[in-house]
Amino acid sequence: MNEIWTAVLVLSITGALFAVVLYIVAQKFKVIEDPLIDEIAEVLPGANCGGCGKAGCRAMAEAFVKQGNMEGLSCPAGGAEVAKKVAALLGCVPEEKEPQVAVLRCNGSCANATAKTHYDGLQDCTFANSLYTGESGCVFGCLGLGNCTRACQFDALSIDPETGLPVVDEEKCVACGACVKACPRGLIELRNKGMKNRRVYVACRNKEKGADARKSCTAACIGCGKCQKTCPFGAITVENNLAYIDYNICKMCRKCVAECPTGAIHAVNFPPKVERPAAPADAPKAAETAAAGSSQSNETTNA
Amino acid sequence: MKTFAMGGVHPEENKISTAAAIEEFPLPQTAVILMNQHLGAPATPCVAKGDKVKVGQLIGKAEAFMCANVHSPFSGTVTKIDSCKDAFGLSKPAIYINVEGDEWEESIDRTPDIKRECTLEPKQIVDKLKEMGIVGLGGATFPAHIKYSIAPDKKAEYLIINAVECEPYLTSDHRVMMEHAEEICIGVSILRKALGVPNAYIGIENNKPEPIAVMKAMAAKFEGIIVEPLKVKYPQGAEKQLINAITGRRVPSGKLPIDVGCVVSNVGTTYAVYEAVQKNKPLLENILTVTGKKLAQQHNYHVRFGVSYNDIIKHAMGSLPETTGKVISGGPMMGKAVSNLDAPTTKGASSVLVIDESEAVRAEESNCIRCGKCMNACPMGLEPYLFSALVKNRRIEEAGAHNILDCIECGCCFFSCPANKPLLDEIRLGKNLYRGILMAKKK
Amino acid sequence: MKLLNVSGSPHVHSDESTQKIMWRVNLALVPTLIVGIAFFGLNALLISLISVASCVLFQWLIEKFIMKTPSSVKDGSAVVTGLLLAFNVPASREMMWLVIIGALVAIGIGKMSFGGLGKNPFNPALVGRVFMLISFPVQMTTWPKPGENLFSMVSVPTTDATTGATPLGMLKEGGFGAAGDVWDYFIGHMGGSLGEVSALAILIGAIYLLCRKVISWHIPVAFIGTAFVFSGILWLCNPLHTEMVNGVESLVGFIDPLTTILTGGIMLGACFMATDMVTSPMSKVGQLIFGCGCGLLTIIIRNWGQYPEGVSFAILLMNSVTPLINRWCKPKRFAN
Repeated sequence: MNEIWTAVLVLSITGALFAVVLYIVAQKFKVIEDPLIDEIAEVLPGANCGGCGKAGCRAMAEAFVKQGNMEGLSCPAGGAEVAKKVAALLGCVPEEKEPQVAVLRCNGSCANATAKTHYDGLQDCTFANSLYTGESGCVFGCLGLGNCTRACQFDALSIDPETGLPVVDEEKCVACGACVKACPRGLIELRNKGMKNRRVYVACRNKEKGADARKSCTAACIGCGKCQKTCPFGAITVENNLAYIDYNICKMCRKCVAECPTGAIHAVNFPPKVERPAAPADAPKAAETAAAGSSQSNETTNA
Repeated sequence: MKTFAMGGVHPEENKISTAAAIEEFPLPQTAVILMNQHLGAPATPCVAKGDKVKVGQLIGKAEAFMCANVHSPFSGTVTKIDSCKDAFGLSKPAIYINVEGDEWEESIDRTPDIKRECTLEPKQIVDKLKEMGIVGLGGATFPAHIKYSIAPDKKAEYLIINAVECEPYLTSDHRVMMEHAEEICIGVSILRKALGVPNAYIGIENNKPEPIAVMKAMAAKFEGIIVEPLKVKYPQGAEKQLINAITGRRVPSGKLPIDVGCVVSNVGTTYAVYEAVQKNKPLLENILTVTGKKLAQQHNYHVRFGVSYNDIIKHAMGSLPETTGKVISGGPMMGKAVSNLDAPTTKGASSVLVIDESEAVRAEESNCIRCGKCMNACPMGLEPYLFSALVKNRRIEEAGAHNILDCIECGCCFFSCPANKPLLDEIRLGKNLYRGILMAKKK
Repeated sequence: MKLLNVSGSPHVHSDESTQKIMWRVNLALVPTLIVGIAFFGLNALLISLISVASCVLFQWLIEKFIMKTPSSVKDGSAVVTGLLLAFNVPASREMMWLVIIGALVAIGIGKMSFGGLGKNPFNPALVGRVFMLISFPVQMTTWPKPGENLFSMVSVPTTDATTGATPLGMLKEGGFGAAGDVWDYFIGHMGGSLGEVSALAILIGAIYLLCRKVISWHIPVAFIGTAFVFSGILWLCNPLHTEMVNGVESLVGFIDPLTTILTGGIMLGACFMATDMVTSPMSKVGQLIFGCGCGLLTIIIRNWGQYPEGVSFAILLMNSVTPLINRWCKPKRFAN
C-alpha cells in the first residue's frame, strides 16, 4: 500500500513541477501574433508561388497585416476573388487590377528554328544559356529545357513535344510571374488577358539584324517595321530590329498580323476570319493566321 | 617526384600528334578578326572599311583596363567592320579582311636568327607586352601586361612556367618545346627580369621525356631556369594545382597566385613573349593541334588567328569524318564544344579536336550511388555530389556556404562519376546563380 | 552529316559505371558462393538462385507497375542484394520459400520504397534479413551442419537431418564445444549462414574488390580491427572458462579475439555489407568512424544482447547515422 502512495506522490510532485516550469517558460517566451495573420493566411491560395514577391503565403499575410491596407500588395495567384476576401478582413477597398496571363514571346518551334547542333548537357535553360546559343542558333529564342514548366506551381505550363515550346494553359495560369523569373532569356511576359481572352503580340524577341535572325529562325521578327506603319493606333514600336505591341494601346484590329512577312505576330482566340480575296503573296499567311485564331492553344501554331 | 596535394584523375592520354612537326598554315582568302579574343572588354577597331592593312598592324586598340591590343595577322583590305558569331554562336565585334598577299610591317624582325640579349628595363618589358597584345595562351587569355604589373604591396617570389599540358590529345606545348627550346628560355629570362624573381621553374609532366631532356639541356645554359618534371596527374596544369605541386603553397579561396608570391605563365606564352620583345612581333598566331582518333593524319599548325574552323578542317582532313560527334576547341577535359564551325579562331584556341560520336555522346544518367568518387577526384577538396543535389533543389546559398566558388571546373568529378551525372554542369549553374545572389547582395 | 553535339566540358568520361561496379561485387561474391555450395550442398545453390531471381523479379515488377519508370535491373544491384540476402540465411530447406519473403522486404521496403538504388538509407539485404530473423526466429536459427567433406555434394540429404549450431549460438546457450579449431573457422568448416562461414573465400572476394577500387580498406579494417581489439580487451580481462553458477557447471567469460572475428558474420559484414557505397559514409575519416562503430556495436550486441550475433543490427544502426557522419566528416579543402 505504501508503495502505491509513494508512486502517486512522486508522480504528482514531478507533474506539478513540470507544469510550473512549462507555465513560466510559456509566459517568458510568448510570441504575440495578430490572429488576423492566421485568418488572412487561410484565405490566400497557399501555393507559396512567390508571385507576390514575398517568401510565401504566410509572409504575405504578415505583410498585409503590418501594412494594414492592400496598397502595393497583391496576390496575383488569388486574383480578384482573394483580393476581395483579404480586403474584407483588413477592412479596406481592394485594388482593381486587370487580369493577366503568361505569354510566350517566341515561336522558335522545331520546324521554324531547326536544330543546327544537338545539345547533350544538363537539362536546364539557365545552364544551356550560359553555355551557348542553343540548338537553333538563336541567342534570344526558347531553349525548351523547361525551367518555366518546373517553376510553375499551378501546372499551367507544359512543353509541347511537337514544337518543343512551352504552352500556357490559360485556364490554370494565374499570372503569378514565377515563369517570367525562371526564364533566363526573358521570353515570358505577363499581358492583359484582354477582351474575350483575345490577344495580339509579337512572338519573338530576336534583336539581331533581319538576315541574321532569319538564319536561325524562319518565324523571327526581322524588324522591317511594316506593322508599325500599318498600326492605326500607334501601339507598335520597333527598336533594335524588334517590334513590340503595347497591350494597353492595342485595339486588336489585327492589321499588323496580316502585314507581318514572317508571321511573327500572333493573334489568339479570335473567331475564324471570313477570307477576303487578297494579294497572292499574303494569302497563305492570312489563312494561317485565321487558322491560328480558331485553334485553342494557338501559341503553338506555325506561321 | 612532385605533384599536387589532393584529388586528380588519369584520363587516357591519347597524345597521338606528338610526332607531327609544326607546319605553317596557308593563308586563307578572307579572315575575320574578333575584337575580344581575350578576357575582358573588346578592343576598339582603329581601321575603317576600305583601309589597307599589313601583317602586324594594330587594328584593335585596347582602351579599357582589362583589354589587349589586336593586330592584323594578314595583309589586305578591310571589307567591313561588323559583328561576327564566335565558335559558340555569340555575336562579337569583328573586322573582316580580304587577304591580299603577305606584306609585313617593316618594324618586325623576320630573320631566323635568335636574339639573345634583352636590354629593356622591367617596366619597358611590360609596356612591350601591352603594345604587342600578348595574352596568356594557356586558355584563359588573360592580358599579359596586367599579370606582369605587380601591385606595389605584393611581391613575386616564383615564376612558374606551365608546360604541363595535362589535357589529353593536346601536343602544341610539346611541339613548341621540341622546336623552340632556346626561344622559350630567352622568353622565360625576359619574364624573370620583368618580375625580378631569382628562379623560374618549368613544370613538365613526366609523360614527356623528350621535351624534358631538350628543355633541361637548354635550361643549363641559362641562369635561374629550373626544369621540374612532375608526376602525371590531371589537372596538374591548373594554376593552383601547379603552384601547389612546385612550391607546396596553396592559393587561398578567392585569392590570386600573386597572393602566395607566384606568377604562372604558359610555355606557349613565353615563346610569344620572346617574339614580341626580341623580334618586335605582335601576337598573331598560335600553335594549334588538329587531332582526333579517327583522323588519318595528325597535325600541329602555326595558325594565324582569324582563320575559320572550317578552313582548318578543310586543309587538315578535307572534311569532318562521317562519324564525328563533337568538335572541341581546347582539350577534352576543359575545352569548349564548338557549335559554329564558320567562326574564326582566336588567340585562346589551342586545338581543333575531333571526337567520334561513340565517345561524344554522354551516357544515360542514373541515380547517385554515393560512391564518393567525385569527392576523392576533386583537386579542391569539395563535394560535387552535394552541389549537384543542392543546385537541383535551388538551395544555392547552401552550396555557396560549401564553397562552390572554389571549384576550378576541371571536370574530374563528372569524369569519374559512375552514374554519369552531369556534375560539372550543375556546379557551373550553381556558381552562376550564387554569383548572381552575391551581386544582388552587394547592391 | 549528323548534327554536332554540344555540351559543357569535360567531353570524355572514365569507363566507370554503376553497372560495372555492381557486377564486380557480384563476381567478388562468387568464391563465397562456391564455398557455401561445397559445405551446404545443393540447398545453398537453390536458395541463392531463388533469392537472386526473386529480388530481380520484385525490382522489375515494382519499377514496371508501381513506379512506372524504365527498368534498372540490368545494373546488377538487385543481384547483389539477392546474393547477400541468401548468404545471410541458414542453408535449410525452409529457406527456399522464406527467402522469397525476405527478398520482397529487402527490395520492396529496403530499397524501392525510397526510390531505388542510391536512395535507400539502409542496406536492403540486411533489412530483409533482420525482418526474417524477427519474423521467423526458429527457422532463421536452425543451422544445417556443414557437410563432412569438402565439396561433398552427396551429403545433401543429411544436411537437413542434422541441425548443428553456430559456435556463437552454442556460447550464448552456455553450451560447450564452442572451442573449435581456428583453422576450421578460417576455412569455414562450422555452422552458420550460407555465405558467412568461410573467411578465406570472403577475403579473396574482398581483395579483388580492393584491387578494382570498388571498396577501400577503411571500413573492413576499421570494422574487423575494432572488433578484434575490443573483444581482445574483454578476453584479457575475463577469458572463457568454466565456473559453477548456481550449482551448475557453465561457461562464462569472453571468447578470444581471433575466434570472434572468424565466427559469425563479421567477415561477410565487414567486407561486403558495411562497404555498400550507398549506405556508408563517403570520406575516408567517415568510413573509419563507421567501421569502428560497426565493430563496437557488434561486440556489444554479441556479449550483452539478446541475440548471439549482432553484425546485421550493428551495420543497420550505423547506416542510420551515415548522413550525420557525412555531414561532419567533410573532406579537407584545398584552399583552406
